[in-house]
Amino acid sequence: MKTSLPPGGIPQPDYEELNYDELVERVDYDFGLSRRSFVKVLGAGLLIAVSLPALAQESGRRGGSAGARNLAARIHLGKDGTITVLAGKVEGGQGARAELTQAAAEELGLPASSVQMVLADTSLVPDDGGTYGSGTTPRTMPSVRRGAAAARNLLIEFACTQWKVERDAVEMREGKIVHAASQRSMTYADLANSDNAAKLFEQSVPSDVELVAVKAWKVLGTPVLRPNARDIVTGAHQYPSDIARPGMLYGKTLRAPAFGAKLVSIDLAPAKMLKDVVVVQDDQFVGVAAPNSSMAEDALAKISGTTKWTTTPQPSSRELFDFLKQNAEGGVPANPFAGEFAGAKVVHQTYLVPYIQHAPLETRAAVAEWNDGKLTVWTGSQNPFAIRSELVRAFHLSDERVRIVIPDFGAGFGGKHTGECALEAARLAQAAGKPVSLRWTREEEFTWAYFRPAAVIEAEASLDAGGKIATWHFINLNSGPSAVETPYSVGKKNCRYVPSKPALRHGSYRALAATANNFAREVFMDELAAAAGTDPLAFRLAHLENPRLQAVLEKVAKEFDWTGRVKKKDSNLGVGLACGTEKGSFVAAAVEVEIDRQQKSFKVRRVCQAFECGKILNPANLLSQVQGGIIMGLGAALREEVQFEDGKILNASFRKYPVPRFNDVPELDVHLMDRPDLASAGAGETPIIVIAPAMANAVFHATGASVRALPVRLMGA
Amino acid sequence: MENKISFTLNGKARSVTTDPQRSLLEVLREDLHLTGTKFGCGEGQCRACTVLVNGESTASCITSIGDVDKQEVTTIEGLADGDKLHPVQAAFLAEGAFQCGYCTAGMVMGVVGALKENPKASETEVMAKMQKHICRCCSYVKYSKAINRALAQPGKGHA
Repeated sequence: MKTSLPPGGIPQPDYEELNYDELVERVDYDFGLSRRSFVKVLGAGLLIAVSLPALAQESGRRGGSAGARNLAARIHLGKDGTITVLAGKVEGGQGARAELTQAAAEELGLPASSVQMVLADTSLVPDDGGTYGSGTTPRTMPSVRRGAAAARNLLIEFACTQWKVERDAVEMREGKIVHAASQRSMTYADLANSDNAAKLFEQSVPSDVELVAVKAWKVLGTPVLRPNARDIVTGAHQYPSDIARPGMLYGKTLRAPAFGAKLVSIDLAPAKMLKDVVVVQDDQFVGVAAPNSSMAEDALAKISGTTKWTTTPQPSSRELFDFLKQNAEGGVPANPFAGEFAGAKVVHQTYLVPYIQHAPLETRAAVAEWNDGKLTVWTGSQNPFAIRSELVRAFHLSDERVRIVIPDFGAGFGGKHTGECALEAARLAQAAGKPVSLRWTREEEFTWAYFRPAAVIEAEASLDAGGKIATWHFINLNSGPSAVETPYSVGKKNCRYVPSKPALRHGSYRALAATANNFAREVFMDELAAAAGTDPLAFRLAHLENPRLQAVLEKVAKEFDWTGRVKKKDSNLGVGLACGTEKGSFVAAAVEVEIDRQQKSFKVRRVCQAFECGKILNPANLLSQVQGGIIMGLGAALREEVQFEDGKILNASFRKYPVPRFNDVPELDVHLMDRPDLASAGAGETPIIVIAPAMANAVFHATGASVRALPVRLMGA
Repeated sequence: MENKISFTLNGKARSVTTDPQRSLLEVLREDLHLTGTKFGCGEGQCRACTVLVNGESTASCITSIGDVDKQEVTTIEGLADGDKLHPVQAAFLAEGAFQCGYCTAGMVMGVVGALKENPKASETEVMAKMQKHICRCCSYVKYSKAINRALAQPGKGHA
């Protein structure tokens, strides 16, 4: 992996940005009403006041992320001294709010507590793209830093001009520009109050502005707490599901009995007779809104029994993997190296990964409000501008008439890219002429949100006489291209992603297909090591040239005492390794499992992980992301699996779909490797990718039976 | 059918006239505008909705409002003493224990409930009760540290 230095001096990790928007099919609502009808439905109303300079985005851009049009779009200096930084990213628990605040504060020469961060309000902030693909750190952080550094330079230039002194006669000290010789100082408020401040901030953000060097950092690189942390522990923070508007109703949506079912008829009369209840049917969409959720549920119950549906045959989880193979586009590709196997040792295996759910603790929620034909929606999403586009399309509006506000929300993990709930709330609010809050039930979230794609992965490799990989053939069916390439040095390789027909609606997830591809590749590496008669660590190192990947693997091997533990003669203990790289960061893990042969079960005793993502920006937040990623990964490896049949999800509850809890946490030994010489890469995703394979390899080590499907089940005990 | 239900909420007398079968969670959030208590699953499986009823940690999503008639209810909004955080809140804040924070109010109430039940409860006893709580960000390591920190603080069991 190379890094290149663009203008501005921040090295950029050299990897392809996946377009996550392409991966999920958006719900095709069309609520085309004329503007006149809006006025009729809503009457006159007040616009939501916008207190900051609007027109933050470049106009005319669709789908892309234009970033800040000018300095004013990124930073607002208040005449009272308040400093507001604007960014299009969202906070769903991954730490963007703290780290972006740190980025701005560092360059402005201020403590983090002096900077207000406004995130993800489409009427105020620049379009910095969706919050996914670990993109906030490598792309938005530098952009915010450049903006803040430019503002700092403006203050310095302003002060020097006013004082008629040279630039090297002044310095930044605690948020002030100070001329020590004359004991004068000036603040950002002085700049804001100057006559030409507005004009100065109309300039575009310079790309070559000098940034604070890592070794001089005071705010970045430190464990700054999330700025609204106190509001979290007091319950004062308003999540999307907590937003309340005057006169607001609570909504419910009618759901089809199965995927693919179409509504033929429904009798709305029983609900329409209820006092204070609003009932909407718009083609396939049926919903109700009422003064409280119970009334809305009752109203929905009264009409849901009157429905007639047509259904179409749907695949089931029992036949899932055959289904994916049968529907692979162009068939399952043959190994192009099959003719070169003469005399070589060849291993061919198939790996299976089921559908799983993100199950964020806050289900999809949205509050929609119409005023004068303009729509405001507060919702939990990773993709504010894309959701605005969904609403613009569904309601035939212009961008300027839709405002999306994303309050810090109850987690996403790649599962909240789409606007279903926002669309439904908006349609209900439109009919009601009042704001409507819609919060999906847990069953709805488990059923009608999208899933992490299932995968069938075919891997075949041949070993040369020296036990090195001569040919490598690796095919991912259905789940995606992330990490389908191998990071190992192999003779000849053919790595491909082949789309199939998804059995369920699927989309992004934490690290997406890198989870499935690392699982298959790293388990396969252990199978190859066994075929070569080599230790899994030595086998990997013999095929590794990337120094960063080598470094995390060697770190984990040392900290875990791989060499000592792998030789231990306790037949109930197994140890496994895995390593990988994704989104510009590097990870290795070692796992120890304990097998209970009588119960035919196992327990994860210990996980050791080494993680390196360049220069660490906030060690406390990074540790949270790594620990959380490891434990979330344990859930997917141990138990999680969506079961479905006849278009219905069979385990759509936390009772039937058990996610990790406190007692699933093993002894965790996390090593964060700081590399001040390297660009910072995102860290929300990559720590998860090695957990399932390391666990599977540990079970393989203990039992001698390879684990080739998730969740890990004991076969050979 | 509506009933008048009177109860003590965060130390103050409150009454609501509503369908007694509505959940305590819904009435807290929609009628009384106390949104610190969260909906997570609606079936008592995740405990994001934990409140104290007569000091006992309770899933408000599966408790009906009628059931708290004449009872004493404490929500996350009732824990702090003005600007002074409850020791359990302070411990969670000091550790930066949460990620998205959506489960935090329920976690805090769960720990306070466990300590109210037994102010001398050991870490093992408290953690056994916290097994009912889900954190989907899986911030369990830092939550465990925060709980340990809370156990070491004076006044931890009051509410």
